[in-house]
Amino acid sequence: MPVDASRLEAQGLSRVGGRPPYFSYMREVFQRRDFIVSLARYRIEAENQRNRLGVGWVLLKPILNALVFGLVFGILMKSHADTPFFIEFLLIGVFLFEFFSGSLGAGSKSITSNSALVQSLSFPRMSLPISVVTQKFFQLVPTMALLIIALVVMGHRPQLEWLLLIPLLALFYVFCLGMVLIVARLTVHVRDLANLIPFLTRFVFYTTGIFFSFDVRFADHPELLEIVQYQPVYAILSLGRSILLNSDPLYTMDPTLWWITGAWSIGLLVIGSVFFWRAEERYGRVF
Amino acid sequence: MVASSDRRPVVVVDNVHVEYKVLATGKKATAANTKQSIFSRRRTMQTVHALKGVSFTAYENDSIGIIGSNGSGKSTLMRAITGLTPVSKGNIWASSRPSMLGVGAALIKDLSGSRNVILGGLALGFTKAEIEGLYDDIVDFAGIRKFIDMPMRTYSSGMTARLKFAIATIRDHEILIVDEALAVGDRAFRTRSENRIREIRDNAGTVFLVSHSMSSIRDTCNRVIWIEKGEMKMDGDPEEVIAAYEASS
Repeated sequence: MPVDASRLEAQGLSRVGGRPPYFSYMREVFQRRDFIVSLARYRIEAENQRNRLGVGWVLLKPILNALVFGLVFGILMKSHADTPFFIEFLLIGVFLFEFFSGSLGAGSKSITSNSALVQSLSFPRMSLPISVVTQKFFQLVPTMALLIIALVVMGHRPQLEWLLLIPLLALFYVFCLGMVLIVARLTVHVRDLANLIPFLTRFVFYTTGIFFSFDVRFADHPELLEIVQYQPVYAILSLGRSILLNSDPLYTMDPTLWWITGAWSIGLLVIGSVFFWRAEERYGRVF
Repeated sequence: MVASSDRRPVVVVDNVHVEYKVLATGKKATAANTKQSIFSRRRTMQTVHALKGVSFTAYENDSIGIIGSNGSGKSTLMRAITGLTPVSKGNIWASSRPSMLGVGAALIKDLSGSRNVILGGLALGFTKAEIEGLYDDIVDFAGIRKFIDMPMRTYSSGMTARLKFAIATIRDHEILIVDEALAVGDRAFRTRSENRIREIRDNAGTVFLVSHSMSSIRDTCNRVIWIEKGEMKMDGDPEEVIAAYEASS
């Protein structure tokens, strides 16, 4: 008995393995926002429940991180020679970068490490990478509060301008989400990529100027400074430092960095979401 | 065929072939070469022809048992119906996206059972308020209230399967595929879940039950498909097909 496709479609059947159109897919993802947020919150709990200090590690980790970098680059290597407010400079860099590297690392495995969930329930898979970035963002917020306290303790007067941190963090979230959507899909095609991500983040770490200031180190190469500002993580970190440390002329805010950050974030989100959606039917595959 | 043409088709499987390409180590592990380093093993691409042209139509209110020996292609067929495994030839149509329950890992093993219930419900598209309303039903159905606050990694495979079954069946599925998930449950749970399957079927749903337990299939199914070596061997009344299957093995 030959199958008549048009007759089946008239009876409300559709081909298995098709994906919904982009906008209805994105609407489905938006309807899962409770799922995304709950998954992010529960993950933070679960990560820490076997530790004695529990959720305290959310704060302890970045502090220890900053201590190590402060010791190595501030005291042992003296890379701070001409950088004003070096400790603050380092703290802002380390805390913000942690969000980027954490999102990318966990996000690249967001589909592959959740195969049990993906294979037993049907829901838009994009919820998983979004949830990972959201989880890292929830972990970023208390470290930012910690940073503000540290700045005040070190004698910086709180200013209204510090509120600009909110739109900056929002753009940073969007930027990381776009990146993660791309690597999450690529990792499904080529598992090996998950092994490369740590090298990628380390490369970005050393070339972004976390523990040395590009503006000081390459002050005599203006063309290099011109190029590096188009590197999105550099732009975001520079903006963060200009917002919080504006009492020194080195950290004067360059408004074009906002445009660069905005363009990267929105651009990556659009590209990433389309790229991820186009392989939606692939993510549950066993082989 | 039990099928009559005036009932609405829910799943149409049309001449489906599935081929896997798998990287396999080329040599047998004999005493001579087990000492070889892992780097020197040759890896070859092997093609496994798991399904060779299967066709059938499932109608609403059908509950179809799938039987066959291990490795006959039953699970592959089910995964193809859910869309998790791509078909290499042929087509599958379905009236809605099927859900599949299989044995295997917990949803998120580091979280407690209660967290998994909430997340599972939210993933299925319920709102938070709805899932809180359904929470007690799910936990009671799974019958694991005592352990609900422990991480799922501490659960036995039977407990995991019960909870997953309870979560997945809160939604009235049009198409539900149960792949051996009942086999690990105890007798009381099996009775409860078989009742639930009948309930889904009566609500215009279609259930596929993959099982090696002929009594489960006799109790819940009105039609049985027998798959052997990737081909459909028989399709029809449970008693007839099961009798033929048991005679052959």
